[in-house]
Amino acid sequence: MSTIEAKDVWQIYDGRVVLEKINISINEGSFVSIVGPSGCGKTTFLRMLMSEETPSRGTITLDGKPLPAEPTSDRGVVFQRYSVFPHLTVLENVMLPLELAASPLLSRLFGARRRATRDAARTMLEHVGLHAAASFYPAQLSGGMQQRLALAQALMAKPRVLLLDEPFSALDPGTRADIHVLTKRLWEETKMTIVMVTHDISEAFRLGTRVIVFERLNPDDPAHGARMTHDLSVRPRLKDKKVLA
Amino acid sequence: MRLINRYPDKGTARLLAAIPFAIVLAVYLIASAIRLAGNPDDKLLPGLAQMASAVQEMAFTQDPATGDYLMLDDTLASLERLLAGLGISVAISFIVGIAVGMIPYLRKMLVPFIAAFSMVPPLAILPILFIIVGIGETSKVVLIVIGTAPFMIRDLIMRVEEIPKAQMIKAQTLGASTWAIALRVVVPQMLPRLIDSLRLSLGPAWIYLISAEAIAAQEGLGYRIFLVRRYFSMDIIIPYVLWITLLAFAFDVALRLLQRFAFPWFAGAKTL
Repeated sequence: MSTIEAKDVWQIYDGRVVLEKINISINEGSFVSIVGPSGCGKTTFLRMLMSEETPSRGTITLDGKPLPAEPTSDRGVVFQRYSVFPHLTVLENVMLPLELAASPLLSRLFGARRRATRDAARTMLEHVGLHAAASFYPAQLSGGMQQRLALAQALMAKPRVLLLDEPFSALDPGTRADIHVLTKRLWEETKMTIVMVTHDISEAFRLGTRVIVFERLNPDDPAHGARMTHDLSVRPRLKDKKVLA
Repeated sequence: MRLINRYPDKGTARLLAAIPFAIVLAVYLIASAIRLAGNPDDKLLPGLAQMASAVQEMAFTQDPATGDYLMLDDTLASLERLLAGLGISVAISFIVGIAVGMIPYLRKMLVPFIAAFSMVPPLAILPILFIIVGIGETSKVVLIVIGTAPFMIRDLIMRVEEIPKAQMIKAQTLGASTWAIALRVVVPQMLPRLIDSLRLSLGPAWIYLISAEAIAAQEGLGYRIFLVRRYFSMDIIIPYVLWITLLAFAFDVALRLLQRFAFPWFAGAKTL
């Protein structure tokens, strides 16, 4: 069963074609890595999936319905930077999605409901190994911890699809390996559909069940944009953790 | 070692900071002593003793007729106007700045207007204020508001627009409405920036206060300075100017401390 379906999607900026004829259907529960050189439109495609941009031509559907015109809580996102809120502590960042969902007027909870939310947030922090940093502000965390926090925060909103935009590109190799293990574990536990954009091919294959390559065949021709040039099925590696260890 | 790599230690740093003050004070005292030596009744550059007795008179002596302390009354009158004006300015600019910064329709409608309005020289419309609201307290407070609010609004709009787009999108993917984003994402991040904006507005606010008081008032620090000018009372003017400077400086320090302790995340977030 496919969750996301892109049909003949084009993106054109001021007469310059960025993406052309993109046809993808993404199955429920799959982990799709999109790779390609910079400027190949992979991030543009992800922006369309999160409704930050709308395609010039073609349609994208989620569960059979056209995507809403603005970002909604059914599609979570983790960016390379600025993914968490600098004015909230680690714990408050993770509590925020629950508060937003439960309290439309004040976006804050009080008393027993607040305590329940805090407990849920603490459980999530423990899950991603950030419980010791609960009272810190994001600026006090390392890059890897910030991205773990961003994952935890996104997961609290229980999205149907999680979109990752070069989430680990700014991290050093050791930290990156750790967070790959965590990402894979979270994906296996939640059975969520994940679409990740990256320029790191080994990362794409390590995490993805499917790797899609975007490429501009005629980089200098503005009338032609990037296309999907490869669509590879990768068997999920279950023993990933042991290989890394 | 190169000069750009040499740093003074703490004690030397304090000494260095004191030097310019000491030089200005010394130059003044010498010049004053020379003039007083020529003419003991010189009013232009009064010595410390003359200024002390003037301060004694203005600040620590009850007015026999009214039982008031003049300098205290002047200070309270001025601070009341200043705080009322800045308070209104802050309230207006916070609400307008955040709303305009967040909502594209408001931005298109109001940004050109605010830009044009902020070019009006506030002192040039002081006569209009006097005509419309009279020469009472209202005109002085309104002058401070008109003088400081447009800058603060524009500053805040820019600060709101500086919030990374990724953050706004992230908030939406967590299910936040426009109202919730304002309440939980934008307002808390704008409060410390509002303090920055307010600190920058303190200087202009004092200018407009003193100007308004100089033109029409019955009491106030600016009023007093311009009143005693007629008698060449430099022995009163100089302590008053120092006192105003000290008040402005104290406000600035207080706001900086408030920012540091009320928003502990802010210093770190600037580099995030």
